[in-house]
Amino acid sequence: MSNTIHMSYEVPANDFTRAGEASSSLKSSLKKMGVNPEIVRKVAIAMYEGEINMVIHATGGKIDVVISPEEIEMVLKDQGPGIADIELAMQAGYSTAPDNIRNLGFGAGMGLPNMKKYSDEFNIESTVGVGTTVTMKVKM
Amino acid sequence: MKVLDLVQDGSFKVLNEGNNLEREIRAPYCCDLLSVAMGRMPADSAWVTVMGNINTLAVATLADAACIILAEGSHLDDPALNKAKQQEITVFETELPIFEAAFIVYQKLHA
Repeated sequence: MSNTIHMSYEVPANDFTRAGEASSSLKSSLKKMGVNPEIVRKVAIAMYEGEINMVIHATGGKIDVVISPEEIEMVLKDQGPGIADIELAMQAGYSTAPDNIRNLGFGAGMGLPNMKKYSDEFNIESTVGVGTTVTMKVKM
Repeated sequence: MKVLDLVQDGSFKVLNEGNNLEREIRAPYCCDLLSVAMGRMPADSAWVTVMGNINTLAVATLADAACIILAEGSHLDDPALNKAKQQEITVFETELPIFEAAFIVYQKLHA
């Protein structure tokens, strides 16, 4: 397909002041492209949660986005500690976030459930000690 | 009710005037857990919270809040205030409890 747009973002480690920059940047690009605001909102929420997870649990990571006329695909890849029990991690309310993160208002255990809720296709692959890759698609 | 109406009304102290004053507020929304707010907050909400850090601003932007109302005497820290100015997000402050602040918005919407 020739009419696809590729975007790539680096998520910095341990930097809560910059977490959200990738999502904000993608959101404003999608708005400029004239994408339906409800779809833009879904993408922004799903990606922000992923970005925050990379900052909290991994050491940052990389997000690749492919925009086509049919869908927006986000691939979030980190080299963090990995997730031992994905089913448990997917449960609303389950969180391993430390206290300093909770004091910022995170750690409600809603990150992964939100990512699944706001994407039309959601896939997570993780290996302990290697890292986690989350792929999300939102249909146009 | 527009964000501008809330700015002019004086119920809350205006901490930062954003670039979206003509935006319609749809409802008040109360929550301090950012991921819950992110997942549940309707677009165009007047978001009442005590969380005044930089991530509050990011959530407000990404979840399309109309404005932020910091209740219970909470404030934005300096990085958050800079972000609000830079991103032109309207932020109010009030000493009122969360419920009372949200109720004021609710009453104005249903007056």
